[in-house]
Amino acid sequence: MERLEKRMEVKDLTKTFFNKKGYFTAIEDVSLDVYDGEFLVILGPGRCGKTVLLNILSGLDEQTGGTVIYNGKEWKGINPEIGMVFQKLALMPFKTVIENVELALKFRSMEKQKRREISRYYIDLVGLKGFEDYYPKQLSGGMQQRVGIARAYAADPKLLIMDEPFGKLDAQTRYQMQEDLLKIWEKEKRTIIFVTNNIEEACYLGDRIILLSDCPAKVKAVYPIEMPRPRDMVSKEFLDLRTVISDNTDLSI
Amino acid sequence: MQGEDSRPIKVEVKNLTKRFGDLLVLDDMSFNIRKGEFVCVVGPTGCGKSTFLNCLTRIHMPSEGDLFIDGVPADPRKHNISFVFQEPSALPWLTVEDNIAYGLKIKRLPQEEIKARVDQILDLMGLQESRKSYPGELSVSGEQRIIIGRSFAMKPDLLLMDEPYGQMDVKMRFYLEDEVVRLWKELGSTVIFITHNIEEAVYLAEKVMILTNKPAKIKEEVMIDLPRPRDITDPKFIEYRNYITDKIKWW
Repeated sequence: MERLEKRMEVKDLTKTFFNKKGYFTAIEDVSLDVYDGEFLVILGPGRCGKTVLLNILSGLDEQTGGTVIYNGKEWKGINPEIGMVFQKLALMPFKTVIENVELALKFRSMEKQKRREISRYYIDLVGLKGFEDYYPKQLSGGMQQRVGIARAYAADPKLLIMDEPFGKLDAQTRYQMQEDLLKIWEKEKRTIIFVTNNIEEACYLGDRIILLSDCPAKVKAVYPIEMPRPRDMVSKEFLDLRTVISDNTDLSI
Repeated sequence: MQGEDSRPIKVEVKNLTKRFGDLLVLDDMSFNIRKGEFVCVVGPTGCGKSTFLNCLTRIHMPSEGDLFIDGVPADPRKHNISFVFQEPSALPWLTVEDNIAYGLKIKRLPQEEIKARVDQILDLMGLQESRKSYPGELSVSGEQRIIIGRSFAMKPDLLLMDEPYGQMDVKMRFYLEDEVVRLWKELGSTVIFITHNIEEAVYLAEKVMILTNKPAKIKEEVMIDLPRPRDITDPKFIEYRNYITDKIKWW
């Protein structure tokens, strides 16, 4: 893969939480680069501080040490060029699919006809045509997550952060969502940071994998993946990579 | 299992059918499970796996057909049927050891027997250190392990597990899967394990039952003839995995 510009640089990021009893370090000295247009996977065992890291990258939380550089400039606070897809969806239950998807555009005071047009485009793209006027609870888990993805894309982010978006889906629906996500990414190239605890998913999706250690999260290894897409999950190359990463992953009982 | 399986039949399901109003969910399913067998059930998403389990535990009564254990219709007063749910369901106000002893106390086993079984389970799972902890003090995987210990402690006639490791990371899953195999071998329980994950099914099962799309029927039974511990990169393993995937693939 040719090296593109750096969209984001993270340097020596540390986050420590303090309370009356003492302190707890969730992430420690994490440094990583995010290149423009790449599909970067951050892989870590359960509860290793992945979400804390993401929240700092997107500006929802503040680090206790280190810097986040975005497009060459140090960045603090909410970054309007970053979109998020949450594990817990965070859809508005009282709004229909299309109302959820157009929400960010509405807040930007875009006129209705225009924002509806954009929303329809992304609803089509995630395969939910015909469900525009449904409410989230009328949809299956996989379909709800599609609404979350459409909403994130509609806001036209330069960098899309996805926090275990398929974590709650069953293994089969997950395979389908992975395939569809790659199709969307290839059609609408954005820089994606995708977080997961699933090694197979990481190997299937990523241009690069950044492996984190158990709490406090540190960067343990970086794996560039050269396999062409679509990747065969039972090929020797794929399974070997899985085994290498698995052997290097911490087991958190 | 090589050659003819000589173990006696433990569980017999005959013509199991379940309808909700006009909706047929389970369509005339019949199968046998031998004593001490480890069976995995896989099927496409939404095929009725949960209804299937709920009929076996009698949370739902089947519309037709029935479940026999040792030739007798299943009856909670006579038989032990244990269930491990997808979401951990430890009793939060009881310690680890009291959670494991819970079912044994309900069945009014003698004190010494309860103590012996709880100790055996704690030993097998390496949970001795946490015996006085409460579920809330453990991780999600820790809590799920208590439930699994609790179920095995009952020495159930039939142990049903509904995708207990669905959301765990792969490394943890293999660790817990090895643990389940160890408990199963040690205690000789008869297990039905439901999963969406074909790799998991091939890793665990002696026999994989493949269900069709709704209304669910049994499409095929595949015997997994591989030595343990199994290697997911073994070409034979991959052959089984691909074969089963082809039978249910919808995505």
